Amino acid sequence: MYLGRVVGCVWATVKNACLTGHRLLIVQPVTPELQDKGRCIVCTDWTGAGAGELVYWTRAREASFAFLPEEVVTDATIVGIVDTIHVDRTAGRRESGQGGAAC
Amino acid sequence: MILARVVGTVVATRKDPRLEGKKLLVLKPVSPDGKEEPGYVVAVDTVGAGFRETVIAVSGSSARMAEGCRDRPVDTAIVGIVDTVSLDRKE
Repeated sequence: MYLGRVVGCVWATVKNACLTGHRLLIVQPVTPELQDKGRCIVCTDWTGAGAGELVYWTRAREASFAFLPEEVVTDATIVGIVDTIHVDRTAGRRESGQGGAAC
Repeated sequence: MILARVVGTVVATRKDPRLEGKKLLVLKPVSPDGKEEPGYVVAVDTVGAGFRETVIAVSGSSARMAEGCRDRPVDTAIVGIVDTVSLDRKE
């Protein structure tokens, strides 16, 4: 799963029957430091996320599993809204530092 | 799913029998603000998209779940024609 920010939505009247009734949001993938990373993608929404919200999304075939037993034709789905993120960037460095000292 | 613009068609006489009768279109990926992005992709059309229209394309094994693509050798399918894209982000 990946982090992303909702930056917009897509309106489409003509859709495949398997996509009817689902909201389509534009998500900008972001790093844990909240920097934009890569192209925007179109996601179906399972959570009811709104504009500007930080979310996590899943891709590939598994994206459609969120809607089971309904079969939705999607390869990217927002499956959660992020409350907080905690990243300890010093943890990896500390461990490698100790390893170096032991050698 | 990605946003893309229809830029051409593909005609193939010799193909897998399960693809017979399916319209194949050449797509150019675009950003939400309409700028073209690198690369091209050939997709099966399930909605009747036309030339220069902006569409939504599903890729990977999910494409086979689209109505009309079940159990067919398809990895990219057009599943929607975009009316409008609204962006909240300030560029």
